[in-house]
Amino acid sequence: MSSVLKTNALESEAIYIFREVISQFEKPVLLFSGGKDSITLVRLAQKAFFPAKIPFPLLHVDTGHNFPETIAFRDKLVEELGLELIVRNVQDAIDEGKVVEETGKYSSRNSLQTTTLLDAIEEFKFDACIGGARRDEEKARAKERIFSVRDDFGQWDEKNQRPELFDLLNGKIENGQNVRVFPISNWTELDVWSYIEQEQIEIPSIYFSHKRKVFIRDGMIWSHSPFVYQDEDEEIEERIVRFRTVGDMSCTAAVDSYAATISEVVGEIRASTISERGARIDDKRSEAAMEKRKQQGYF
Amino acid sequence: MEVLKIATAGSVDDGKSTLIGRLLYDTQSLTTDKLEAIEKSSKQKGYDYLDFSLATDGLVAEREQGITIDVAHIYFSTAKKSYIIADTPGHVEYTRNMVTGASTSQVSIILIDARKGVIEQTYRHFFINNLLRVKEVIVAVNKMDLVDYSEEVFNKIKADFEALNAKSTFKEQVVSYIPLSALTGDNVVEKTEAMPWYKGQTILEHLEALEPTDVYEKGQARFPVQTVIRPKTEQYHDFRGYAGKLYGNNIKVGDAVTVLPSLTQSKVTNIHFFDKQYDEAVAGSSITIELENDINVTRGDMIVKSDELPQIEKDITTTVCWMDSKKLVGGTKYLIQHNTNRVLAKVDSIKNVIATDYSGTTPASQLAINEIGEVTIKLSKPLYFDAYDKNKSNGAFILIDPSTNTTAGVGFIK
Repeated sequence: MSSVLKTNALESEAIYIFREVISQFEKPVLLFSGGKDSITLVRLAQKAFFPAKIPFPLLHVDTGHNFPETIAFRDKLVEELGLELIVRNVQDAIDEGKVVEETGKYSSRNSLQTTTLLDAIEEFKFDACIGGARRDEEKARAKERIFSVRDDFGQWDEKNQRPELFDLLNGKIENGQNVRVFPISNWTELDVWSYIEQEQIEIPSIYFSHKRKVFIRDGMIWSHSPFVYQDEDEEIEERIVRFRTVGDMSCTAAVDSYAATISEVVGEIRASTISERGARIDDKRSEAAMEKRKQQGYF
Repeated sequence: MEVLKIATAGSVDDGKSTLIGRLLYDTQSLTTDKLEAIEKSSKQKGYDYLDFSLATDGLVAEREQGITIDVAHIYFSTAKKSYIIADTPGHVEYTRNMVTGASTSQVSIILIDARKGVIEQTYRHFFINNLLRVKEVIVAVNKMDLVDYSEEVFNKIKADFEALNAKSTFKEQVVSYIPLSALTGDNVVEKTEAMPWYKGQTILEHLEALEPTDVYEKGQARFPVQTVIRPKTEQYHDFRGYAGKLYGNNIKVGDAVTVLPSLTQSKVTNIHFFDKQYDEAVAGSSITIELENDINVTRGDMIVKSDELPQIEKDITTTVCWMDSKKLVGGTKYLIQHNTNRVLAKVDSIKNVIATDYSGTTPASQLAINEIGEVTIKLSKPLYFDAYDKNKSNGAFILIDPSTNTTAGVGFIK
């Protein structure tokens, strides 16, 4: 029997990036949100180091407002693969008075995650934080390097980035700096879903259609939940929905959908005329919402 | 899905953003919310047309100044394949960005304004595509609607460009010419009736027909070791795998190989990809290989076929494109990153600056940002390399400034 390995360029690139991380840094960590992109990263990391275990921990910055399905999924995945999971809570930063909870109609803990993330980086002395951000998601992310340097304050200097040529990644940094690494930079939303389908990767149930109590605001479908502010005149209704992107409950809107399997989800995305982050309430704040958050250290 | 990587360079005036916008629009790749955002921004700025550059210029400073500062990545797909466009500004002060974009692209689109013809900027784009050995160049003669779709105008531009092509240092490069109008959409996605004299393909048809390949040309197989995998578990107690990305050509189980720099001989016993084993892997694969004997291999080493050894030298002659505001001068030390290997290097001498308009070289003693020149370099340890025009991956390197850690330049070994 003669078997020739056919290669998938995007997968091969991501595996290459993971191996550069482990070779160029001392204390890498994978930022894990429980969303499909970070789940895909875990599979790619498995492939990069097999038969050895994934040689770095996962870090989950927990807003406390997550979908319970996501948390259950996270714990199961970590158990099955024998991974190390570090959880740091936004609630602790609020209790310690480091950040102040937002109030009002559009309040969310999304941007509060930055402080908790930067504290965790300092606590564990992480020098490389691997994330599932993709350039096709959002226009500021389209400018992001694969190895993106952050200064001691976690800030992104977007106008002064290192050029990245060929496959040559330069991860040299000073003490105190860290690098954000994006192995699936060049993947699109459809690439991720196709890969999940091809690899039969398990994902949280909220990505598939289900019945949920929701309310409508600004043309978007919001989850009814104690974590989401709701006006009295915003009526609760039950709809068949799924989530296309999963942040925490206060920043992620649902979409009407009957897609119950991965292949139905892929079909729906192929036909969709709305971008993925069109359902991200956090991006709608202003045209430069993402760039501003990234400058401050958001991932 | 297959991915085709494209580089574009040019100024707003060439209609580059309009072309990209048109490609996105006509392939239904602009989603409703993105289109609405563009409509809203265009209206706010008082434009009576859709300003597609708003879709590609991601930074606040770029939108404020109406310029592209950095490389932007644009994604779209058809039923056949996915496309990534690395879009860079075309002015001389952005030469380094163009080089960056071209380094990862298989195809380059050079835009020419039909009213202006071949200009200095065209020369520069072509020069960079020559230097970096981008496989395919598409000369897109834009704004044909403004020259009455004239065949004569197109033929004149084509002849001028062919004269330029005669000076090319990369004869294998495939150059194609397409007359179009990005604004009206003629020959972008749909064939136009306005130019019945043109029998060729539209831009998208041309791109769809290209087979996506690694940006690296075929050459001899090179396997730079990224990391050594040692699980140290009961099941894989003695496993010692060398992980890396394969370049140049295939590698097979049973191949007699040499490990550099130690020159140790061995044989490939296993090729792993995740939990499966293969007899053969093609260039571009990220694999893990096992060798016959227990030898000492570490990151930075390179595994090659024993009858295909690269050059092993401590002195190299190179063409460098400088990317740092601190000038490159003789006698200074930099770190060379070549594949997975880093070596301390001293700049021996700077010979000249090469004009990007094919007008020749000027003797020089330093290179300023965005300048390209011939540089000789001395290394603290030998490098195992090929000339860039023999094997792209093994002939390119970056220079890292040890005092700032920045990527200060890129070099191509002669």
